Amino acid sequence: MNFLETILIHSPPLIVAIPLLAAFLTPLIGKLNEKVRNGFVILCLLANTSLVFYLATDVLNNGLHTYIFGAKESTLPIVRIFFEVDEIGILMAVISSILSLLVVIYSWSFMKKSTGLSKYYTLILLLTAGMLGMELTGDMFNFFVFLEITSISSCALIAFWTDRGLSIDAAFKYIVISTIGALFVLFAVALLYGQYNALNMAFLAESIPVNFTFIDKIALVVLLAALAMKAGIVPMHMWLPDAYGRAPAAVAVVVVSATLASLYGVLRICFTLYGGIFNSIYVSSQAIGGFIVILAILTMLIGVLMALRQSDFKRLIAFSALAEVGYMFLGVGTRLASATSVTSYTDGSSMVTFPAYSKTALAGSVFHIFNDALDIGLLLLVAGAVYYATKETSMNKLGGLARNMRYTTVFFIIGLLAVSGIPPMNGFASKLIIYESTYQLNPLLSIIAVLSSIMLLAVFVKVFHSVFLGPSQNKFKDTVDVPKSMLISMAVIAGIIVFIGLFPNIVFDNLISPAVDALVDNSEYISSVLGGGV
Amino acid sequence: MMAYNLPYLAVVALVIIGLYALLFRRNLIKMVIGITLIESGVNLFLITLGFRKDSVAPIYTGAPSSKSVMSLPVPQALTLTSIVIGVAVLALMLTLVIHLYRHYGTLDSGKIGGEK
Amino acid sequence: MTEMSKIVKTITNIAFPFVLIYGLYVISHGHLTPGGGFQGGAVVASGLAMILVAYGSNWAIKKVKEKDLSIFESLGAIGFISLAILGLIFGSVFFKNFLTGKEILFGKIPEFGSTIANINTAGVIPWMNFAVGLKVIAGLFAIVLVMAYGTRHLKGGA
Repeated sequence: MNFLETILIHSPPLIVAIPLLAAFLTPLIGKLNEKVRNGFVILCLLANTSLVFYLATDVLNNGLHTYIFGAKESTLPIVRIFFEVDEIGILMAVISSILSLLVVIYSWSFMKKSTGLSKYYTLILLLTAGMLGMELTGDMFNFFVFLEITSISSCALIAFWTDRGLSIDAAFKYIVISTIGALFVLFAVALLYGQYNALNMAFLAESIPVNFTFIDKIALVVLLAALAMKAGIVPMHMWLPDAYGRAPAAVAVVVVSATLASLYGVLRICFTLYGGIFNSIYVSSQAIGGFIVILAILTMLIGVLMALRQSDFKRLIAFSALAEVGYMFLGVGTRLASATSVTSYTDGSSMVTFPAYSKTALAGSVFHIFNDALDIGLLLLVAGAVYYATKETSMNKLGGLARNMRYTTVFFIIGLLAVSGIPPMNGFASKLIIYESTYQLNPLLSIIAVLSSIMLLAVFVKVFHSVFLGPSQNKFKDTVDVPKSMLISMAVIAGIIVFIGLFPNIVFDNLISPAVDALVDNSEYISSVLGGGV
Repeated sequence: MMAYNLPYLAVVALVIIGLYALLFRRNLIKMVIGITLIESGVNLFLITLGFRKDSVAPIYTGAPSSKSVMSLPVPQALTLTSIVIGVAVLALMLTLVIHLYRHYGTLDSGKIGGEK
Repeated sequence: MTEMSKIVKTITNIAFPFVLIYGLYVISHGHLTPGGGFQGGAVVASGLAMILVAYGSNWAIKKVKEKDLSIFESLGAIGFISLAILGLIFGSVFFKNFLTGKEILFGKIPEFGSTIANINTAGVIPWMNFAVGLKVIAGLFAIVLVMAYGTRHLKGGA
């Protein structure tokens, strides 16, 4: 099977290059025929998703893949750009490509009445290419470039319906905050470059623990703050409700995926780049972990409390997405903050011991990233379907839709149970892991997490009652259920949610545990680039 | 030694003035100018990192002597990429400002938007 | 935007070919002197913006539509990525410089030591410079044109 092997070896750049090439072919094809263009986009994303799955099966069986751009081996000291695909990167790539494919299938009918659709599909393909590039790369400056591509494309997509002032205001807030975050990421990358004269993540991960200087500390804080700002943690969360709530529903789902890619950036910085530091200096791991835990608790509480008083359907889902981001950061913070003691060896190095529950907390966090992308995606697609059928977004004016839109109601029930962590759905599995492991760090954290879940359940039951149940209204007498393409994409996500909820072991043992093993121990990441001479 | 640190002082000055314009001014165009100033500061920081004392231009053919230090060529490529990204972001922000002015008739950021 | 006076239009007519030639020179000599795709493309685009300002946006919008420019922009980007994928097909690594060592098409390897700069070198890099230059010219001019179009409505109304 020589052809398949060649495709497998060259798949990391092809995964990024295929959406990029398709993004620029789309306007040319769109001038000829509209349906051909839609079909072309879906075909490209289908090919890309299957390539990602193929690479995922190989990475999970055989270990890391490294790819050097422009040369077969790296003979010079590390100057070339590397793509390094390990298990956590390919997990995030699986999430991003599935969500992009389903959003494009959904937009076939959802955006049918808008004009300028060639630009819409171009921007979605560029956004997919940017996200996949962020998740597969092994070079800091390349990460910054893909981060900027992602934020520019998502800003233009949020402002897509330009006839409303509120969408453009949300897009302006988003681009200002994204650009400031990205510029400070560039500042930190420049600091690291000036100190070590290298941009490769594996080289930096090897050189930073040798001598942890003041500049490294500044770079760590700036990187964490800027990437956490892009992921939506509390003092800097102001853009999130506007960006998710005022964008078209299909766009909000890919912006969720882009936010989770920034969260992946936080994981990469904390555990791979500075992993040697957090494994050998006990005080800095506790300090940063404690800070992240406090911010995560605040994020959960603010997300849920603000969601209680919303009357706009999508904005309420946006605030619950904010609360879910708090859960993810809680797991990361617990891992860092639970460092207990340090043992010094005779050659001057030291190793911090982490208790057993800390790795479980990190696993719960990574599992929750996977589940939450699907849950919030399903809820946002249902909100879009309701808007498509009734042209209303305010919950005060909706009611009694369960009679007309039966399938959408079922999908909303599945999403409601999943997001609040009720047993047959996938949210229960990841939230249970987070509750159990954070309880052992400090019982108060687990109590607040459970309370937030209960309040989320209350909020969504209220939404379900006011939108779908209740007496039927006159103006909704002849609303029918949404077209088939939207139902297909919602059904696929709901199917995956139910499957993961019934068999969480399959996903956990095969996808999540290898990813967490790759995160907490960065020695294989480093030796794959530097050790064996590639 | 002071002369070699002068670009870094300029970087700090640019970033502080840019942050001041972004945080304390309410006109949308002044916010965009603030972001451009921060971006110029970070680009200047990136290109200044390539300097080595008593260095020659990084060209192999016809280098003066094989023992001289060359200044680094990589920050030049990084800065160019960053300038291109800055141009794209500036174009996008200004287009959004034009749309906002058309919708709301004012450029004061306190008067646009507004939803609890 | 209204048009400017006769003096400005005459000087723009005289200056534009020089700006165009200088920009194309910077694009095509990107592998020998400082410059390349983006820099030269920005020079040409500012020359085109000079014409837009001198002749007024009404004339420019009658002559050039934005959807014609998008074809050039797409062609430039497709050319760039195709060259990278051709590096994969012919050279077996993505982005590989597969044209060095061949005698035609910018393939010569320059001699070592201090020589006169030979434009027939550096493999696939000048082709990538052309593709990026085309995309940057079309893209930056489309931005300026659309902004001129957008503010034209504003001046008449609010």
